[in-house]
Amino acid sequence: MLRVEAEHRLGALPLDVALEVVPGECLALAGPSGAGKTSVLRVAAGLLRPERGRVEAGGEAWLDTERGIDVPPERRRCGYVFQEYALFPHLTAWQNVAYPLRGVPRGARRGRAIGLLERFGMRELADARPPTLSGGERQRVALARMLAREPGVLLLDEPLSALDARTRAGAARQLAAVLREAEAPALLVTHDFAEAAQLGDRVGIMDTGRVIQEGSASELAAAPTSAFVADFTGAVVLTGVARSAANGLTRVELDGGGVVVSIDPGAGAVAVSVYPWEIEIEPADGPRGPVSTRNHLPAEVLSVTTVGNRVRLGLAGPQPLAAEITRVAADALELRSGMRVTASWKAVATRLVAV
Amino acid sequence: MKGWFPLLLTVALALALVFLTLPVIAIFVDSSPAELVESLGEPGALDALWLSLRVTAISLAVILLVGTPAAYLLATRAFRGKALVVTLVELPLVLPPAVAGIALLAAVGPSGILGGAIDATGIELALQTAGVVVALTFVASPFYIRQAMASFASVDRTLLDASRTLGASEARGFLRVMIPAALPGLAAGTALALGRALGEFGATLMFAGSFQGITQTVPLAIYDRFSTDFESALALSAVLVAVSAGILLSVKFVQGGEALGIAAR
Repeated sequence: MLRVEAEHRLGALPLDVALEVVPGECLALAGPSGAGKTSVLRVAAGLLRPERGRVEAGGEAWLDTERGIDVPPERRRCGYVFQEYALFPHLTAWQNVAYPLRGVPRGARRGRAIGLLERFGMRELADARPPTLSGGERQRVALARMLAREPGVLLLDEPLSALDARTRAGAARQLAAVLREAEAPALLVTHDFAEAAQLGDRVGIMDTGRVIQEGSASELAAAPTSAFVADFTGAVVLTGVARSAANGLTRVELDGGGVVVSIDPGAGAVAVSVYPWEIEIEPADGPRGPVSTRNHLPAEVLSVTTVGNRVRLGLAGPQPLAAEITRVAADALELRSGMRVTASWKAVATRLVAV
Repeated sequence: MKGWFPLLLTVALALALVFLTLPVIAIFVDSSPAELVESLGEPGALDALWLSLRVTAISLAVILLVGTPAAYLLATRAFRGKALVVTLVELPLVLPPAVAGIALLAAVGPSGILGGAIDATGIELALQTAGVVVALTFVASPFYIRQAMASFASVDRTLLDASRTLGASEARGFLRVMIPAALPGLAAGTALALGRALGEFGATLMFAGSFQGITQTVPLAIYDRFSTDFESALALSAVLVAVSAGILLSVKFVQGGEALGIAAR
C-alpha cells in the first residue's frame, strides 16, 4: 500500500493531495502541465519535501513531517522512471541497469543486468550508450533499470511522452505488461486522458494542485463532476442556463443561442457535456421525420480531419463543437468545410454539471 | 569569394594568424634543434624544468581535490550570498600577478597576518618551493573552479535525482554520475589551470623569489637567462611552447567527447 499526503506551496500553486494505491494497482494521475502531478511523484520519492505531509509505503513511514521522519530518497525503495528517462549518458545500457545492483557481487551484476534487458528484448544493445539509442529503446532500458532496484513502489512520470506517435503504441503495451506483473503499487503521471485510461486501474484528474475527481476512466468520462473533467476527458463542453422542463427533462438555453435538453437535473448556470462520438451529423436541409435524438443544433463544418477509419469534424455553431463519425459516413455525406449541417445527439448522452 | 567584405575578413584573419604564430615559430627557427637540446643539458635549465613539473603537478592536485567539490557545491546549491562567494572565488582571475604576489606576502608571508600561525607549524613558505606551490594554486585555481562550476551546472539535474532514487547517496552520485557527466568541462578547466600554473611568473617572483632549484621555475629561468644566455632562454621557451601546445590539443581531443553526448544537454 502506498499512501501519499502532501500540502506544499509551489510558487503560486498550492499542492494539496491525499491518495492511496493498493499493491498491484496503478493509479494514473492525469491533468494539464503545471497541475502538480510530478510534484506528487517527487514527494513520494523524497526528492521534494512538502511543508506538511506523510508518505507511507508497505507499512513503512517514509515521511511524516509531524513526527520529523524523512527517509532520504536513496533509502526509499522507489522505481522512478523520469520523463526523459534520465539514463546516465556515460554508462552503457547494462551499466545503467546495474547501477542499483549494489548488494549483488560485482561479477554477477552484468549477468543480472543483461537478464533484465533481455526481458525487454534489449540484449543486443546491452553495450550501447543511451545517446545512441532510440526513444523506445531508452524507455526499455529505463524500465529494466527501475526493476533492477526491486522497487516497493513504482513512480512513472510521463513515461510515453518522450516517444513519437509510432513508437508509443508498442511502448504503451510493454509498459502495461510491466504494470500488470508488478506487485508493487504504481503511481503514473500523464497529461493525456487516453493514456491514463489505458494504463491506470484508477484515474485521478489533477488541476491546480488537487485531485478533483477520482474513479475508473469510464466513470470519469460518463459522470464528470466538473466542466474541467468533462473537457479533459475529451468531451465537448457547452455553457448555458438550465431550468426544469415539463417533460421531466432539463432544458438548457445555450450561451450564444440554441436549446438542448438533458436527462440530468440542473438549474442555473451549467456546463453541458457530450462526447464527440455521440454526435450525429446530417445535412442541414435533409428531410427529418420523428427521431429519437432530442438535441439538434445548426452548425457549419470548419474542418474535416481523417484519423484512420474515423473523421473528426470541427463545427461552428452557437458554440464550437466537435464530432467524430466514420469515414464511410463522412464520404456518404460528402462533407466539406463550409457546408451547413445539423448536429444531433440524445438527451440521454447529455451530461450537466453546475459551474 | 566576391566583393570587398569577404576579402576584408580574409585579410583580418591572415593578419591575426601571422601576428600570433610568427613569434612562436621564431623560437624554433632562431636556433637549430641540436643547439636547443644542447643548452637544455645545462644544469640550471634542467633544474628549472624539473621544479616546474613538480610544483605544477602538486598545485594542480590541490586545485582538483579542493576545487571539484567546491565547484559542485556552488553549481548545485542555492544559498544567500552565493553571488558574492562566486565573485570572491573568481577575484584572482583579474588580479595583476604582481598584486597577487604582494597579497600572498601580506597574508602568509613571514610578517603577514597568518605568518605567525604558519611559522608555528614549522612550514616555511616565502622563498621556498612550498611558496611556489601556494602562488601557483592561488592564481590558477579560479580558472578551474569557474569552468568546473559551469560544467556541473550544465549537467541535467535529474541524473542526480535518478541516481538517488536508484539507491545511491549524493556522494556516490557525485563520484559516479556528476563527475563523469561533467568530465569534458572538468578536463578543460584542468588544462586552463595547468596552462596558467605552468606560465606563472609575477606572483612567484614576488612571493617566492628566483632561486635555482628551489623557486626558479621555467618562466623565471627564462627571464633570468635572456640577458646573458639567450640561446638557453630560447631552448626553455621552446619546451614551454611544446607543452602548452600539447595541453591545447588534449583539451580539443577531450572536448570532442561532447559530440558523443557525454555532457548532458
